[in-house]
Amino acid sequence: MDQKLKDIVIGHSDDIVKMWLEEVNKKKSSDYTATISDELFESTNREFVNVIFTSIEKSGLTNDLNDFSERLINLGWPLSYLTDGMQVFRRVITEYILKQSEQIDSDYFAEVLRKVDGWVDPVINQLVNEYSGSWEHIVSLQRVALQELSAPLIPVMDNITIMPLIGTIDTERAKLIMENLLDGVIKHNAEVVLIDITGVPVVDTMVAHHIIQAAEAVRLIGSRCILVGIRPEIAQTIVNLGIDLGKFPTKSSLRKGFKSALELTNRTIEDVQSKEQDIENLIDSLNRE
Amino acid sequence: MDFQSCVNIKKEWDIVGARQLGRDIARKIGFGTVDQARIATAISELARNIYLYAGTGKICFEAIEDMNHKGLRIVAMDDGPGIKELSQVMEDGFSTSGGLGAGLPGVKRLMDDFDIQSEDGKGTEIKAVKWLR
Ligand SMILES: Nc1ncnc2c1ncn2[C@@H]1O[C@H](COP(=O)(O)OP(=O)(O)O)[C@@H](O)[C@H]1O
Ligand SMILES: [Mg+2]
Repeated sequence: MDQKLKDIVIGHSDDIVKMWLEEVNKKKSSDYTATISDELFESTNREFVNVIFTSIEKSGLTNDLNDFSERLINLGWPLSYLTDGMQVFRRVITEYILKQSEQIDSDYFAEVLRKVDGWVDPVINQLVNEYSGSWEHIVSLQRVALQELSAPLIPVMDNITIMPLIGTIDTERAKLIMENLLDGVIKHNAEVVLIDITGVPVVDTMVAHHIIQAAEAVRLIGSRCILVGIRPEIAQTIVNLGIDLGKFPTKSSLRKGFKSALELTNRTIEDVQSKEQDIENLIDSLNRE
Repeated sequence: MDFQSCVNIKKEWDIVGARQLGRDIARKIGFGTVDQARIATAISELARNIYLYAGTGKICFEAIEDMNHKGLRIVAMDDGPGIKELSQVMEDGFSTSGGLGAGLPGVKRLMDDFDIQSEDGKGTEIKAVKWLR
């Protein structure tokens, strides 16, 4: 009986393909595939249905199926196109086989359903696996990218380094901050590190604790930390929480922090422009006399 | 106003979700930037305590109103181990986890009303209210 059902399907593949294409084309108008050109849609449909038939013929999953799904993933076709297509296929061949059969009892009916599931389900599973595998891959790449962004260290000039923190700090990120800070201080030979928290939305006791520990560790290796970018509302909540930041210097803005970093390293900012301006003014006034 | 919304706390990032929802509700009630920051920080403390000490639980928000003013109530509930040292935890610097121990006393100072119920082995429920001035 197995072979008989398979023969019906393979023998009438032209009819079945036609019915399937009609059904699938009906779906096109309204949904996700609406933006895809008719030509591409039709050629993809044909390829899809061929791939399904090959896997039925060979009674198993084929390389064709892998190649096909890989290509659709790369082109960004939605998974629902494939799963919908497979459901349509399930319906079409079930109906077709039942119409071809002379006498239908419940045993036969159950057998047909079982057989059809045996063709369709492995293909669906394979497609879903391929797709979710590619999603997992993307998520893990993005996690790496985020990690690289999460605790950057910028050596702005000799002996002065800045760590700008933007976004929420969780336990994992807090660890990275500590590691990068210590590595960076040693690598760039920084005397002063400015930790900028302008972009940190909430400073609770956990975040404060990690910052205090990081600053303490930096102090132990012989450098100094200045905490900058403390917004007024954050300053108030830190006070309310009763956290004592008295042990290390804080500044409201990066600019002020940078200035004290320069002082700590025995340097100042000199405004060249205004000096020139002064001289010009002086010459002007001389000329007028 | 009598609606309530809750956030389940199961993983660390749920703390951020609770904070965002709480801050949104606070903004809608009319709280300014500083109070929004206080409320978000209090939520962060309560949610992290659930995550750290109880494993799972939830944080609920309720916009409330009495005769004179509007306010926001935060309720943090869990079925965790409860707090044995109830009087000590409200003192600054008490922590069983090597933390700063400033969370619960901090929440009390950040908010206007504060109430804590905890039974050894049965869980913890903390209610805190901020009134709009
Ligand atoms: N939901 C809770 N369930 C059980 N124990 C808790 C809970 N919240 C707080 N605690 C206990 O109270 C102590 C103090 O909490 P907290 O003031 O937030 O400081 P920290 O979290 O820094 O230790 C904690 O160390 C913990 O032992
Ligand atoms: Mg805490």
